[in-house]
Amino acid sequence: MNDKLSPVLAKLMGLFLLGLIRTLTGAQARWQGCPPKAEQRIYFANHQSHADLVLMWAALPEELRSITRPIAAKDYWTKTPFKKWITTAVFNAIYVDRAKTGDQDPLEPLIEALTNGDSIILFPEGTRGNHEEPQKFKAGLYNLALRFPGVVLVPAWINNVQRVMPKGEVVPVPILCSVTFGAPIALGAGEDRGEFLARARQAVMDLRET
Amino acid sequence: MNTFLRNLSPSHQVGLLFVLVFGVLTVISVAAFVMSLKDTHEDDLHTQKLKEFSGLLRTSWLMSTVFWIGWTLGETVATVLFGLVAFFALREFITLSPTRQGDHRSLVLAFFVVLPMQFALVITRRFDLVTVFIPVYVFLAIPVVSALADDPQRFLERNAKLQWGIMVCVYGISHVPALLLLKFPNYDGKNAFLVFFLVFVVQSCMIVEHLVGRKLQRPPSAPNVSKSFNWASWLIAVVAASLLGGLLAGLTPFKPAQAVAMAFIACVSGSLGHLVMKALKRDRGIPNWGKRGVGVTGASGLLDRVDALCFGAPIFFHSVRWYFGL
Repeated sequence: MNDKLSPVLAKLMGLFLLGLIRTLTGAQARWQGCPPKAEQRIYFANHQSHADLVLMWAALPEELRSITRPIAAKDYWTKTPFKKWITTAVFNAIYVDRAKTGDQDPLEPLIEALTNGDSIILFPEGTRGNHEEPQKFKAGLYNLALRFPGVVLVPAWINNVQRVMPKGEVVPVPILCSVTFGAPIALGAGEDRGEFLARARQAVMDLRET
Repeated sequence: MNTFLRNLSPSHQVGLLFVLVFGVLTVISVAAFVMSLKDTHEDDLHTQKLKEFSGLLRTSWLMSTVFWIGWTLGETVATVLFGLVAFFALREFITLSPTRQGDHRSLVLAFFVVLPMQFALVITRRFDLVTVFIPVYVFLAIPVVSALADDPQRFLERNAKLQWGIMVCVYGISHVPALLLLKFPNYDGKNAFLVFFLVFVVQSCMIVEHLVGRKLQRPPSAPNVSKSFNWASWLIAVVAASLLGGLLAGLTPFKPAQAVAMAFIACVSGSLGHLVMKALKRDRGIPNWGKRGVGVTGASGLLDRVDALCFGAPIFFHSVRWYFGL
């Protein structure tokens, strides 16, 4: 691809995707526990569909979108050149290897992004759930909270996305979706890993009913 | 004055009508704004009522603007515009009616095949097919697709919901632009008046019902469904709006008595349709189809604005076509 052309293409693709997502889902953000603010944050949310990433990206306001990087599963989002281009050029995503390869720390790219001052969007369940309730959270969130105590941890609940495009379907259906952002939580001094992860999961689930 | 109006070309007459409508809306909005300024005491019920009224006012603005855009850009654009309204209304309806994974293909069919086809039929003036396409053909097609998804759980309930959504949002709304395309003898270029007539009498009926209800303070007739609906104010509103329709006969291809009858039909079906939609909302446990920040979905509440028309338009359209043999 032409180097001069590709940023323009990415911009256009971004606009097109935003329009498409808003037409299909509304992509409404409900800031209940905190305002949209340009501070360094880790947004962590439930995960039911690959479209979660796209919806979170669309729900954030323009100014936050440029400083927030979603985490994308490497095996899925690099499968085709198009998917790879969209995640890197449009979403500015960070790839995470779900299959453990050797002794490389899977959190490495996330730590790098946080060190650079970016905010990130994390799905602590690791994989997509198929149930009403989110699965148990993986330790990544705890490790990041421990390492970056200054970063604000914002729970988020993504509503309805699995209805837009259930597993195995190709054509999305127009259904209104929303992302609810809750009050930030913080890692307590000396808090146990399991305790903290359970609390974080509960914070996400509490947003379901509001 | 009258001869002056008659000598204008149809498009000038319609243009004049829009100037009038927007003028009246501006006056009312300014008056409502002044009233809201004056209202400093904290009376919850009163502010609630005022809010409701400004909601009605906003609907009137929205509809008038949609019609104006539709009229300036021609019938095809107007029909496409109503197609978009139907799309967003159906999106709201489906969002608040739980679906299962097995409904996915049926939903794709509803949104991307049935909806465009219905409006294409309207644009190409295949009115016989417009009236039967959804109630007859789609009525079978949707459950077939659902059955093939191999999920029998709550099958009837899920299909009924989907078909209701299509009937109300797609079928109902598609009959508004169909009025624009209906050909009356000696009525070329004036069909916008017919749509205006329908919308104006139905909206007037709703506003009168609201105002009379406030004055009369009668106990509601179906308190579990609607806190405001009672037969007395409903009857007054329908009669008043029908007589108003009679006064507007000059705009329509109807004689005055016919105009009263047509307005009556539109108002009865529209206002009772509104009541039905209220029952549906209570069933789903929501006060509105969506108020920003209140509804879980963040729906914009479009369906709240057009529900009376969804029921009024098909019945009005059919009676007109049937009575005049068009």
